[in-house]
Amino acid sequence: MSQTKREMLIDPLVDNNPITLQVLGICSALAVTSSLQVSFVMALAVTFVTSFSSFFISCLRNQIPGSIRIIVQMVIIASLVILVDQVLKAYAFEISKTLSVFVGLIITNCIVMGRAEAFAMKNPPVASFIDGLGNGMGYGLILLLVGFIRELFGNGSLFGVTILETVNNGGWYVPNGMLLLPPSAFFIIGLIIWAFRTWKPNQVEEREYKIQQVEAH
Amino acid sequence: MSDTQSPEPKGAIAKFLAASPDSVGKTIFIAVAVCLVASMVVSAAAVSLRPVQEANALKDKQINVLQVAGVYEPGTDVSEAFAAFEPHVVELSTGEFVDDRFDPATFDDLAAASDPELSVALDDDPAGIGRKALYRVVYLLRDESGGLDKVILPLHGYGLWSTLYGFIALENNGNDIYGLQFYQHGETPGLGAEVDNPRWKALWSGKKLRDDAGDLQITVSKLQPAAGPDFYVDALAGATLTSVGVDNLVKFWMGDAGFAPFLAKLQAGEF
Repeated sequence: MSQTKREMLIDPLVDNNPITLQVLGICSALAVTSSLQVSFVMALAVTFVTSFSSFFISCLRNQIPGSIRIIVQMVIIASLVILVDQVLKAYAFEISKTLSVFVGLIITNCIVMGRAEAFAMKNPPVASFIDGLGNGMGYGLILLLVGFIRELFGNGSLFGVTILETVNNGGWYVPNGMLLLPPSAFFIIGLIIWAFRTWKPNQVEEREYKIQQVEAH
Repeated sequence: MSDTQSPEPKGAIAKFLAASPDSVGKTIFIAVAVCLVASMVVSAAAVSLRPVQEANALKDKQINVLQVAGVYEPGTDVSEAFAAFEPHVVELSTGEFVDDRFDPATFDDLAAASDPELSVALDDDPAGIGRKALYRVVYLLRDESGGLDKVILPLHGYGLWSTLYGFIALENNGNDIYGLQFYQHGETPGLGAEVDNPRWKALWSGKKLRDDAGDLQITVSKLQPAAGPDFYVDALAGATLTSVGVDNLVKFWMGDAGFAPFLAKLQAGEF
């Protein structure tokens, strides 16, 4: 093992963030970040699913036949997602109404599959669990960041508590309605990726091709 | 991957575990075993959590009825407050109660809208709902002396992106609006979703459905109609299609295809 467990947990937060570096899991990050509360629950749900699916897949890694490994991984991930969905419907009904299909769509979230296939199939259970936890938290961190910006400037509130009184309710703040629509998350995530890569230049990908100066013959 | 390659495996289970995972037998075994365990986990969760989930869905609906009737505050005991409401199943075409045929506490009128025996396809469909249930659940709220105080009617229809589901509360004369509220929709946040804005919902209070001649005049529009301010709710700025949808669905459900026969009976003092 080249990485310590601590590194495994901290690394995916900034240095190897699944959203900003690997650009995975964008679909749900666009859809659920219009309010902080929903982003928070989504982040918890994804973290739960990545960590436990990695753990169980890693427990079975020496027994899973190569020919059906993706299906076995999917069955484990899907079961955990259904579990989360059922629990949310029972104990967080309001939020589960807002999240609607996006909890179910965690199944197709590339981060979960990616960690299962890239890490959990090759590493012991505890390390896989920590890796899943770290990646889930890396995803959650970006979700909360985007949710913070979108809810504060789009709705004038944070966690549903009014911070900037909007004109519709008799205040002074004219909310930016675009921030409540999914496309705005594209811009925000793009800006976050830009900021991260300026801060950590080694995250910048190498160009696939480059225009070169060629000597004239 | 070498942790199972230690000495000679002993016993049938150990031998099986040490066998190559890619053999046909093992592939089938793992597939079946994983599916079995996963299905047990999922069904156990679904079955054990169902009562809580159903209670949530019911409570959600009850809260909406309480809210539109103006008796809900955070912290209200929902089931206790809701006990003051009398649910009834109404046959839309006659306006009669048919509580003897359906149990009003459990009858699901939205599910009935897709049951061919309990619904009709609509040719004239301004609300954009496709099929209309023949029966709907209404709620009567009585005052202390047992007289009718308010009546709460369900309504739904298509806005811009989504079907809006809501309730309208009418005063006991069956013509004055007390409130209107949607409990489920997917309209644009900040524009169409402003149907949830308390300031806009407050506009409905005190409006009238019909004029003295009995014509349905209630309108959601940008300009005040000829019928006068009593029948006019200002449309939402920037949400023309949602406003048109709300206008259509209110007219539809309050009109002859909707609750008009029931409201006529209500005005005649039958309840």
